[in-house]
Amino acid sequence: MSNNSANSSNLVIAQKVVKQLRLEASVRRIKVSQAAADLKTFCLQNAHKDPLLMGVPSSDNPFRPPKSCALF
Amino acid sequence: MGEMEELRKEADNLKDQITEARKVVQDTTLQEAVAGTTLVGRVQLKTRKTLRGHLAKIYAMHWGTDTNCSKLCVSASQDGKLIVWDTLTTNKVSAIPLKSSWVMTCAYAPSGNMVACGGLDNMCSIYNLKGKDGNVKVMRELAAHTGYLSCCRFLSDSEIITSSGDCTCVLWDIETGTEKTIFAGHLGDCMSLAVSPDFKMFISGACDFTAKLWDIREASCRQTFSGHESDINAIGFFPNGNAVITGSDDATCKLYDLRADQELITYQDSGIMCGVTSLAPSLSGRLLLAGYDDFNVNIWDMLKAERVGVLAGHDNRVSCIGVSSDGMACCTGSWDSFLKIWN
Repeated sequence: MSNNSANSSNLVIAQKVVKQLRLEASVRRIKVSQAAADLKTFCLQNAHKDPLLMGVPSSDNPFRPPKSCALF
Repeated sequence: MGEMEELRKEADNLKDQITEARKVVQDTTLQEAVAGTTLVGRVQLKTRKTLRGHLAKIYAMHWGTDTNCSKLCVSASQDGKLIVWDTLTTNKVSAIPLKSSWVMTCAYAPSGNMVACGGLDNMCSIYNLKGKDGNVKVMRELAAHTGYLSCCRFLSDSEIITSSGDCTCVLWDIETGTEKTIFAGHLGDCMSLAVSPDFKMFISGACDFTAKLWDIREASCRQTFSGHESDINAIGFFPNGNAVITGSDDATCKLYDLRADQELITYQDSGIMCGVTSLAPSLSGRLLLAGYDDFNVNIWDMLKAERVGVLAGHDNRVSCIGVSSDGMACCTGSWDSFLKIWN
């Protein structure tokens, strides 16, 4: 590869890097306080529906066969 | 040469701008914001089922989704088989022999109609589970990557996204077997990917220590997240799609918020010195289950960043983990050749 074509392909790569950085720099950002509050709210609001968090009672656990207790 | 120098300066300026812009919105930390929140109580999950059948290391597993098969899952092992399991009965619904035994990933289509896998063959093979004569056959072989297939995830029965050791991710048209979009930008092997809950975006983690957020239809990289000090092996979305969790060889997991465009917290412990191989959030996002090279799974309170539980039960590295779509159970797959179902 001649020095010239190596130079121009490096240039193209550098231009792409700059273009991408411009895009990422232009992102609209919200405050961390808001982001954190929203995450906390989501966790707390959905906690009661989270089986791994709340625990699954044996009677409702499809992975646990119901224990039978025969008295006769 | 002048132009090259100018571009380099502009790139550095832009990087500084991004760092500044992130600092500007950092009016607090997640830690401070949850100071008043009570730590989750100790989480003790028990093994409810052990799925036996693979004869070699398990590299990947993926749960089926709500619609059809929330208790079915697929696993891939270097014994050259893909097995679809009914986790309730532990029966094997399908045992699919693979052309190449060097498999690294597998995926279940949301419809339940197909599974996919790939690895050192550089291809993503799609299998139709609902063939007319009941036999499971290869439907398509998606070939174009010039490196190993590290991960794949279906968007639908007609589209799948793959990540590769060739540093790119690709969106494929399954019907025609062709590449629709190539997502290039990572400077190291792409190790893992996850699709957003609304199917509009996906995130990738790579050996360049960064995670990237991609807009599927715009075919562009929206944001890049740094901070890890080694390869990112695992990645996932927080359940509401607004944050991303990564797991790395640097022994930590990190939470990045997409809207604040920055890292919110790191999950680390001085006692943990081995790499993270896999991760999955619980249904509410409050728990983060992460698999490590030391054969354990650590359960973290995602808000408070403290360990609240451990799943110890495998005799070798935990290579993959997944939480079922209804949040009822967690499945771990290991190099010890077993899968375990916990809740």
